[in-house]
Amino acid sequence: MTGNPQRGRELYLTGCQSCHGFAARGIPGTAPSLHGVGAASADFYLSTGRMPLDDPHAQPDRTEPAYDRQSIADLVAYIGSLGGPAVPQVDVVGGRLNLAEGQRLFTENCAACHQIVGRGGVMAGAFVPTLLEATPRQVVEAARVGPYVMPRFSEAQLSDRELASIARYVQYAKHPENPGGWALFDVGPVPEGMVAWLIGLLALVLVIRMLGRNDAP
Amino acid sequence: MRRWLLAALVLLIGKLRRRRALPPGRPVREPDRRAENITFLFLLGAMAAAAAFIVVYFANPDTQFLGATLGLALVLLAGACAVAGKRVVPQIEGVKERPELGDAFEQDEVMSVIAEGGEGVTRKRFFLLAGGGAAGLVGAALLTPALSCGPEANRVLSLSPWQRGRSLVDERDEPIAAAGIVVGELVTAFPSGADKEDIASPVIVVRVRPDELDLPDDRRGWAPEGLVAYSKICTHAGCAVSEYRYPSYGPTAPGPAVVCPCHYSTFSVTEGGKRIFGPAGRALPQLPLAIDDEGYLVADGDFSGRPGPSWWGVRQ
Repeated sequence: MTGNPQRGRELYLTGCQSCHGFAARGIPGTAPSLHGVGAASADFYLSTGRMPLDDPHAQPDRTEPAYDRQSIADLVAYIGSLGGPAVPQVDVVGGRLNLAEGQRLFTENCAACHQIVGRGGVMAGAFVPTLLEATPRQVVEAARVGPYVMPRFSEAQLSDRELASIARYVQYAKHPENPGGWALFDVGPVPEGMVAWLIGLLALVLVIRMLGRNDAP
Repeated sequence: MRRWLLAALVLLIGKLRRRRALPPGRPVREPDRRAENITFLFLLGAMAAAAAFIVVYFANPDTQFLGATLGLALVLLAGACAVAGKRVVPQIEGVKERPELGDAFEQDEVMSVIAEGGEGVTRKRFFLLAGGGAAGLVGAALLTPALSCGPEANRVLSLSPWQRGRSLVDERDEPIAAAGIVVGELVTAFPSGADKEDIASPVIVVRVRPDELDLPDDRRGWAPEGLVAYSKICTHAGCAVSEYRYPSYGPTAPGPAVVCPCHYSTFSVTEGGKRIFGPAGRALPQLPLAIDDEGYLVADGDFSGRPGPSWWGVRQ
């Protein structure tokens, strides 16, 4: 979908300029300049509903996008015209992508915060969002842009192909294969440990009960 | 599902109870040679496992092997105690009226009565020897790891692979170009040619804007172009500090910091690794950096403090 930067500028003036300023150069202490952030950043923030943000000091959370798809494309075209990286083209269906490599890279680079199946969590000073609704393009944009307090990943660290593998793994992790048993909503090792403790404790109590049996008359 | 589990539990308990209610047919005074043999075997096994633990500790201190051998020793010891308690030592309880012990003769009599209590056990001496041996060896195995706290510990822990001019490499042993690290990115690096699993090896390198830097005065020149490096090992419990937060817009978000995913200890990367949140007791040690003639990152000295988790005496 191609956007119209003229219409984007009009939408910008009604929806964004109160924080980002008339010339999109930012307002100190409130919002950053948008010159050079690029279309990728604008597409990420607008398509995930993180912008516009009611309170500039709040963490931008994923919500329903405030604009329809054409309006987002127009706004992205306008911000893109101010310079910066373009919206990445991501094709996770392509045959060269490796799901196993994606999982390995996700484990190394993303799972510390986002949790191994991408359900999110907390970190000091911020919430880590779940990736259940993230599209492949949004995953790639977030890694390159580093929204809010998320670190950035340069091409030296993760190549485009590696990043696409990660995006493919994120799609897989929305409905991971569970070879058996109860998946426990994929929230990670804490409830699994609880189950082990409860069953293990019960077994121990039974063993103690048997040991304590008294054969004397 | 829950009803079935409950039913199974009730059945199991009922079964145990019924068996207990059977009249005891076993004559108590008859020595049970088989049970004694089993006890001996258990005790010998416990001794062997405890000895194996000590050997493993000195030869190849792999925590998996250490855990397996010590666990086996304790399980076998417990088994020996259980069998001995239930089958070897006579199970009889009785209360006998006695007059006050008036003189030495009566005391001797009581002593002999007590001694007879162990008559059901043959090879008592052997038993004592095996039991004492197993207890001694398991005890020795439990004490052996205390050697790790000896004088050698301080020397080993103070070894550092970092020195002036040592170049930083990534996990594929490629040197790291300073220009390749962008603001907002976290890079893990190691000293070239050193063991990557050494606790003092891994460092995190980040680039911040030079005007954000607020390093202590004695660390001027440690951060060329705003590139700072810190030990990747949390000073609290030794986890890998792998979370990085770098605000895309500083005034409305928490400041640049690395966070340990284990207990959320948070260290500011602009203030020399100062702890700003969490249970860690001291700052992350900082590694002075320099950029060589070809633009690659090298160390400009050793850490500002000891890397690794804190223990007694190390708080600096």
